[in-house]
Amino acid sequence: MLKGWKEIPIGGMILEPGNSVNFKTGDWRAMKPVIDKNKCIKCLMCWTFCPEPAIIRHEDNSVDINYDFCKGCGICAKVCPRKAITMVPEGE
Amino acid sequence: MSYFKKLADLPREELLAPGHRLCAGCAASIIARLALKATRGPTIVVNATGCLEVATTIYPYTSWRVPWVHVAFENAASVASGIEAAFRIMEKKYGVKKPDIIVFGGDGGTFDIGLQALSGALEREHDFVYICYDNEAYMNTGIQRSSATPLGAWTTTSPAGKVVPGKLERKKDLIGIAVAHGVEYAATASPAYPLDLVNKVRKAIEVDGPAVLHIISPCPRGWRFDPSETIEVARLAVETRFFPIYEVERGQYKINIKVAKPKPVEEYLKKQGRFKHLFLPENKWLLERIKKVVEENWNRLLELAGEK
Amino acid sequence: MGKVLGLMGNEAVAYAVKQSNVDVIAAYPITPQTIIVERLSEFVANGELDAAFVPVESEHSALSCCVGASLAGARVFTASASQGIALMFEITFIASSMRCPIVMAIVNRAFSAPINIHCSHDDTVALRDASWVHLISESVQEAYDNAIQAFKIAEDSRVLLPTSISLDGFILSHCLERIEVLDNKVVSDFLPPRKAEYKLDPEKPITFGPLALQDYYFEFKRQQEEAMRNALSVVKEVGKKYGEISGRTYGTVKKFMTDDADVVLVCMGTVAGTARVVARSLRKEGKKVGVLSIRLFRPFPAQDVVEALRNAKAVAVIDRSSAPGCIGGPLFEDICTALYDLPEKPLTYNIIAGLGGRDITPEHIKQIYNTGYKYIKEGKVLEKVLWVGVR
Repeated sequence: MLKGWKEIPIGGMILEPGNSVNFKTGDWRAMKPVIDKNKCIKCLMCWTFCPEPAIIRHEDNSVDINYDFCKGCGICAKVCPRKAITMVPEGE
Repeated sequence: MSYFKKLADLPREELLAPGHRLCAGCAASIIARLALKATRGPTIVVNATGCLEVATTIYPYTSWRVPWVHVAFENAASVASGIEAAFRIMEKKYGVKKPDIIVFGGDGGTFDIGLQALSGALEREHDFVYICYDNEAYMNTGIQRSSATPLGAWTTTSPAGKVVPGKLERKKDLIGIAVAHGVEYAATASPAYPLDLVNKVRKAIEVDGPAVLHIISPCPRGWRFDPSETIEVARLAVETRFFPIYEVERGQYKINIKVAKPKPVEEYLKKQGRFKHLFLPENKWLLERIKKVVEENWNRLLELAGEK
Repeated sequence: MGKVLGLMGNEAVAYAVKQSNVDVIAAYPITPQTIIVERLSEFVANGELDAAFVPVESEHSALSCCVGASLAGARVFTASASQGIALMFEITFIASSMRCPIVMAIVNRAFSAPINIHCSHDDTVALRDASWVHLISESVQEAYDNAIQAFKIAEDSRVLLPTSISLDGFILSHCLERIEVLDNKVVSDFLPPRKAEYKLDPEKPITFGPLALQDYYFEFKRQQEEAMRNALSVVKEVGKKYGEISGRTYGTVKKFMTDDADVVLVCMGTVAGTARVVARSLRKEGKKVGVLSIRLFRPFPAQDVVEALRNAKAVAVIDRSSAPGCIGGPLFEDICTALYDLPEKPLTYNIIAGLGGRDITPEHIKQIYNTGYKYIKEGKVLEKVLWVGVR
C-alpha cells in the first residue's frame, strides 16, 4: 500500500540510506554470470568493475555474485583475467 | 603518492548500494562507486540532474549511503558552494565538523548548462571535488548532443544524415577550462584504469580548494555497444589516445598513461554504433579529420607536459 | 531598550539580517537591491556579522547556493529584484518544495522589457505560486520588522518554507526614514540559532531531492499546501510575539477606517500611505472611505480580507503589476475570489497603476475613490479594469 502525504517525510527526503537494496534488479537479466571458484584467483577485477555492485567481496577476497541485483551486463565475465566467469542464459 | 596500490587496497564498504536503475553495464555507476571508495572521511555528495541522479533516487528508494542532494540540472556547483560555505561558517560558529564534498555532474550538467555555476565555484575557490562523468551526450533525456560529444559522433540532435554526417564541432576542453581558473588540481581518468581513478579522486579530495576530474563514462545505450564491453571501450579510448589520461597540478601538465604505440583510432570507433557512419566512403573526410584532431590534441598535450 | 536610527529601506533590511545572526548570504547585485548586499558584505568584512558571504556569479546561483546552505542546516539570506527574480525563478519552486527556510528580500522592480529599474510588483507577484510566504512592507520600519519575523516564520517546523519580504524599489529601498531598531540581545532571544531537524549530516545520511514519479509527487505537493495553510496562523503568532518585544504587533492586513467605509481601496506597498492621506482628507469632506493594506500576500489571508471588506459597497484594488490577458491584476483576482461567496458582494474594480515607477499621486487616489462612488450610484461596475496614470 502506498503511503499518504501525512505519513511520508516532507519535501521528498529519503531517510533510510541505501534502501534501494529493497528494489531487486535481478529480474532485469537475460544472462547470468557463474563463477568457477577453481579458476578464480581473487584478483578482484570483477568486483571492482561491477556497476551495481552485485558482487560480494568476502574477507579473504573471494567473490560471489549477488543474484538479487545482477543485471547480467557481462562486464565481470569480460574483465576476468582467468575467464573464471561465464555468462549462461538465465533459467539454466 | 599512491593511496591505493592494488585493487585489494580499495575498501570493501559500498557507499553506493545496488538496486538503482542505471542501465546494465553503465560506467557512471562504476565511476561513482569507485570514487566513493576514495573518500577519506565524512563526505557529502551533490548531484546534478542526469542519469546518475535520476536512476539512483527514484522515490522512495535511494542508493546513496552518504548525505546526498540534488537540486537542479545546471547548479550542482552552486549548491556545493552553498553547502561548503555553510559548513565553513558553522564549523567556526558552532563547532560542526566540515565534511568533504564531492559533486557528480554529467557532461550536460558540466560542459553546457552547468558551466557558469562551475566557473563561479572554481573562481571562489570552494573546497570540493567536481567529478564530471562524461558519457558524451545528454543521455538521460535520450542521447542528445552536448559540447562534450566528440567530433563526428551520431546523437539524436547531431544525427548522421545525408547532408550533415554527425556532430561537426569539436569537444570542449574541460580540463583546460578548469586550469584557466587556476585550480590546484585537475585530471582526466578512465574507469578502465581504476587505481589511477581512485588515487586521483583521493588526491583531489586532499586538495584544499576546488579540484576537477573529467572521467570518461562509456554508455552502452548511447554509444551503441554491448554492455559487457564498457571497460574495454573505456580502455580503447585511452589506448588510441582518443581520451588521454593526464593530470595538471598547479598548471603543470603531466601525462599519466603514456601511450607510446597507440592503437589505430578506427579500432575505438569501430566498437561503437554511434560512429559507424564514419566508415562510409562519403564520410572518409570526417574520419580523417577525427584522426587529425586526436593527433593534434595529443601533440598539444605533449607540449604542455614539456615532453615534446 | 532599542534605539532610533535614520536608515534607508535597504540599510534597514541589512541591519535586521545582521541582527538575525544569519550564517550564509549568497547574493548577486541588482538595482535597486545592491545596497543590501553591499552593507552585508561590509558587516562580514568588518567582523560585525559572523557569516559566510558568497559572491555568486548570478541570481540563479545565488538561490541555488542558498538551497545548499539551508539544507546543510544554516540560516540563509539572499536578496534580489526584477530580472534577478526572473533568473532564479526555477529555483524558487525548488527551494520551497525542498522545504528550505530561506529568507529573501525582494526590492520590487519592474520586469524588462523595456528595462526599467523602478517600482512595480512584477517580481513578487511572479512568485505567487512558488509556495513562498510573501510579506509586503509599507515602510522602512516594516521592512526592518518583517525581515526579523521572516526568519522565525520560515524556520517554524509547521512551515519550513522560504519567505520573502518585499519593499518598493527606490521608494522604500532608497528612502531614509526614522526607525526604531531592537537591541541585539532582544533579537537574538527572539531568534535563537537555527536548529534544523533534517539536514545534510554524515552522521545521519539523508537523500534530498529525489525523482518522484506519478505515484508520489502529488503527496509532496499536498504537504506544501498544508505548510502554507499553517503559515497563516504562524504569521499571526509571530506577529503577536513580535509585538510583545517591540511594541509593534503585526497581522496579515492593515485596516484603516474600513469598518464603516462605502469605498475601500485595497493595495500593497507604499501606495497605502498615500491612500491613507487621501482617505483622511476625503473623510473630512464627509466621504466614507477606507484603505486595506495587504501585508501577507501569500498565503492569502482570505478570511481577514473578507471580514474587512464585507460591508463595503465598492472595493477598488490597486495592482502595481499587470497580468495581460487576465481579468485584472493578480491582487484583484485574489480579492475577487475571496469575496465571491458573500451573499452580498461589494462592487469590485481594478486599478492598474504605478508601473515602472510611475508615481501614484493623491490625485489618482481621489479619482479612484470617486470612481467607486460613481459605480455605487450607477449600481454597477461600468469599467472593470482601469489603467490610471498612463498617457
